[in-house]
Amino acid sequence: MPGGGEDGPLLRAVGVAKRLGERLVLRDVTLAVPAGAVVVVLGPNGSGKSTLLKLAAGVWAPSRGRLERFGRPVSTEATDSRVGYLGHRSFLYGALSGLDNLTFYARLYGVPRPRERAAELLGQVGLGRFQHEPVRRYSRGMEQRAAMARAFVAHPQLLLLDEPYTGMDVGAAGLLDQWIRRTTAEGGGVLLITHHLDEAARMADQVGILWRGHLAAPLIEREGGDGFRDRLASTYEARFPGRRPRGA
Amino acid sequence: MGRKFTAIVLKDLQLELRSKETWVAMVAFALMVALVFGIAVNPLRVALASVFPGVLWVAYLFAGMLGVGRGFEQEARDDALTGLMVAPGDRLAIFLAKLTVAFVFMFTMEWLVLPFMVVLLGEPVAGGVLPLLAVTLALGTVGFVGVGTLFAAMAANTRAGSVLLPVLLVPFSVPVLILAAEATGGVLGHVVPAVDPWPWLHALMAYDVVFLGLPLVLYEFIWEV
Repeated sequence: MPGGGEDGPLLRAVGVAKRLGERLVLRDVTLAVPAGAVVVVLGPNGSGKSTLLKLAAGVWAPSRGRLERFGRPVSTEATDSRVGYLGHRSFLYGALSGLDNLTFYARLYGVPRPRERAAELLGQVGLGRFQHEPVRRYSRGMEQRAAMARAFVAHPQLLLLDEPYTGMDVGAAGLLDQWIRRTTAEGGGVLLITHHLDEAARMADQVGILWRGHLAAPLIEREGGDGFRDRLASTYEARFPGRRPRGA
Repeated sequence: MGRKFTAIVLKDLQLELRSKETWVAMVAFALMVALVFGIAVNPLRVALASVFPGVLWVAYLFAGMLGVGRGFEQEARDDALTGLMVAPGDRLAIFLAKLTVAFVFMFTMEWLVLPFMVVLLGEPVAGGVLPLLAVTLALGTVGFVGVGTLFAAMAANTRAGSVLLPVLLVPFSVPVLILAAEATGGVLGHVVPAVDPWPWLHALMAYDVVFLGLPLVLYEFIWEV
């Protein structure tokens, strides 16, 4: 999978800050998501993780700093079909069936044969039998599976995942792990945010710790051997005394 | 841009076909307003011909408010608006698609409700005036949905959106109400002395240009918190 024709990282943030109203939610955040890597941003609720992801997705523009995807500035006007975004909410329409929802998103992203692609993905996430049911009749877990399929509808090269495992059953979480691994194996990159230490330790190639809008530098690299999880926990506590990430 | 616009328009029409929420609410609301006026106005004291165009447009605009509001409400429910924003293509496509769908819903509702209004208020509409009446309805509707879609998008990003929308929209709808009602009175020819509808239609066109153009300039600011 090509990285957009550029040699640099798929996503790069340099000195990014974001002000929401009077509050400075992000301050001077610098990170990069290289091709083939999963970068996890770990931090407690309210630390600015979702804001960072919304900036990376192009939902909002940064108040300060530089943000690039595939070597080009991220703009709220120039979105990119190579980006898959899985947020807190499903982005699905309750009155439409799972198949109609995914077909709509496939059309939005210019996917060839959108209905076939939608049916294929719904089958892969285990919703094939329910593809004609309105999404409002789905359980929470089924809706999460459908949302996951939506994020992958256009074969994204850069995945932006906001607490994707929250409320997921073991099967769906395992499938998401597989899809993330496949994306990175094909040269894609992933920015995953979570407040759960185990998820970070399981998936990350690099971990950044975000606290009150500050991203501690440098990122913590996964190295050979065990003990990555313990190293993350001890680094977290060393940087933020008295604070422990969930799962620690 | 074209792909995004078409996909959103088709999706909104499909959503309405499935739920029928907007249609039913708009038509029922317009008829209710007409019925209330029909009961409240004493035809022995008030010439219904003189109030008919005003009643018609009051019913249309209040019902239209439901329509433009619903367009963005359904996007806010599961944050689908964010899904549309991050999808490839200019965000102007979202705005134009919502505006187009709001126009289609409101314009169709107006023609569905018109025969009931004619019967309820006892004011006949001659077949010969229908083309110019269609122009009048279209111009009034364009002006209303232009400003209405902008405010609906702004209201969707706020907590009290459903309350905020009428508060924002009613003052800006007053010029449409006056111009469209006067033009409709002139077109129908019920009013004595006769009114030339064209000056009112020209003024309505000018309003449409301003309030269709203004949202196209301002729409980008509504997405930011």
